[in-house]
Amino acid sequence: MANIWFDLWHNSFWHGIAGRGITILAEVLIVIVVLLIFVAYATYFERKVLALAQLRMGPNVVGPFGLLQPFADGLKLMVKETIIPAGANRVLFLMAPMLTFTLALVGWAVVPFDDGWVVANINVGILYLFAISSLGVYGIIVAGWASNSKYSFLGGLRSAAQMVSYEVSIGFVIVSVLLTVGSLNLSNIVLAHQPFWMWLLMSPMLVVFFISGLAETNRPPFDLPEGESELVGGFNTEYSAMTFALFMLGEYANMFMISALTTMLFLGGWLPPFGIMVAPLTWIPGILWFIGKICAVMFLFLWVRATLPRFRYDQLMRLGWKIFLPFSLLWVMVIAGVLLATGTLPNPQ
Amino acid sequence: MIETIAFYIFSAVLVASAIMVVFSSNAVHSVLFLILAFFNAAGLFILLGAEFVAMILVIVYVGAVAVLFLFVVMMLDINFSELRKGINTYMPFGIFLGIVLFIELVFLVFQGWVAPPSGGPALAAPAPMLTEISNTRALGQLIYTHYLYVFQVAGLILLVAMIGAIVLTLRHRPGVQRQRISVQINRKRSESMVIRQVSSGAGAPKL
Repeated sequence: MANIWFDLWHNSFWHGIAGRGITILAEVLIVIVVLLIFVAYATYFERKVLALAQLRMGPNVVGPFGLLQPFADGLKLMVKETIIPAGANRVLFLMAPMLTFTLALVGWAVVPFDDGWVVANINVGILYLFAISSLGVYGIIVAGWASNSKYSFLGGLRSAAQMVSYEVSIGFVIVSVLLTVGSLNLSNIVLAHQPFWMWLLMSPMLVVFFISGLAETNRPPFDLPEGESELVGGFNTEYSAMTFALFMLGEYANMFMISALTTMLFLGGWLPPFGIMVAPLTWIPGILWFIGKICAVMFLFLWVRATLPRFRYDQLMRLGWKIFLPFSLLWVMVIAGVLLATGTLPNPQ
Repeated sequence: MIETIAFYIFSAVLVASAIMVVFSSNAVHSVLFLILAFFNAAGLFILLGAEFVAMILVIVYVGAVAVLFLFVVMMLDINFSELRKGINTYMPFGIFLGIVLFIELVFLVFQGWVAPPSGGPALAAPAPMLTEISNTRALGQLIYTHYLYVFQVAGLILLVAMIGAIVLTLRHRPGVQRQRISVQINRKRSESMVIRQVSSGAGAPKL
């Protein structure tokens, strides 16, 4: 009897879809859970790095070395009351943090953690990530509008202008990488072998990309959307408890995403540093290299925060439109010219 | 099977959100429904196997154009009763336009898509089969190889529109202090400060 049911199940149309569905669901859960643990510890990491930079101890009370601090914070935010302002647009007010958090998670679907370790290995992976990161602004601008508060609104407007500006130069950086690689697939981008001079030629783009990434994630020195000194808390002034926590988690997940993009586009993803494939380096699994590189870039984010004062808004706009945009446009042309002149323009077919 | 279900979901949400763009009373809600419509259109493109077009739709329309829409609409203080005043004078013309467009669409659907007989040269390079190459590459070949000049002309038209917008909005306001970073960096100590020896009780001499 059981056999018949098994055969029916096995031969049925739904078997393939159900089986694939369960596998994909498991993969998605693993990625999200691991990512959220990393995000939780990124807050701890940030506080420790800032503390070290300012000659303080940082969190050291909850658990050994303060390691349980992220969980204490999470528990606190979960049991606090969510306050919705009287004049707020309730639906959009609650939708905004969910949107930010969801968009910060969906990008990871196309990130290759190791050779073949990717949930969705799609053809246009890099464009997908670019699209997702450009959507991140909606959570903030909707939050600013729905809060019905002047501070929130100003924060939202600042964020919209800032993220649209820096997306342009990020787009040109991605174009220059695509020119050298000839593929939009992230695994292909990581695996593409570049000669050393090409790596040298791309290094200014790495700088442009990283700084634009700081602006894209609203991190210091470009954290004007939540500039405390003039806007109270910017777009998240009115948010409390879990709604605030979702914005926080989204921001850190976005930082990880920019770090992962930097790693995949410029630092060789899961491959050992500089693509040196010699024995002791290749023994380490690719995913550890990937995580290590991401953490190194994350450290840069925190280092910048501990070091630089906030930009003024006109300086921010000047940097984006008058320096990065012309420079990255010019550099795309330089890279295309060099590729054309040396005959190394990729033409995979 | 799954594709069919997805198609109907995307289409239904697309049509519903497009209707809500027109009918919702709040302009910000209209823009948000417009964004939802863009998303579902992107979903339909993916079902057609045009993933590149779908991503570009999201990046350009949702990621940039709709952000600016939202930016402007949020800052407007619209009085809807004021706007509705003229509705009776414009209504007949609007209905007329709608009927014309609808009849054209109906003709298109029932006649099918037919290239004009003079379209021979334009069809010299038909789209390559998607089974052979990815659609990003197919689009690249069409735009940048076969129809490069047409594409460049389209770009120039956009450039003219952009210059026009800048010319219309550019104002030179007097009294704006601009930051010149090169001047700031190139300042020397000798040209910006003077060290004076001041004897006590005498005060600093005038510069």
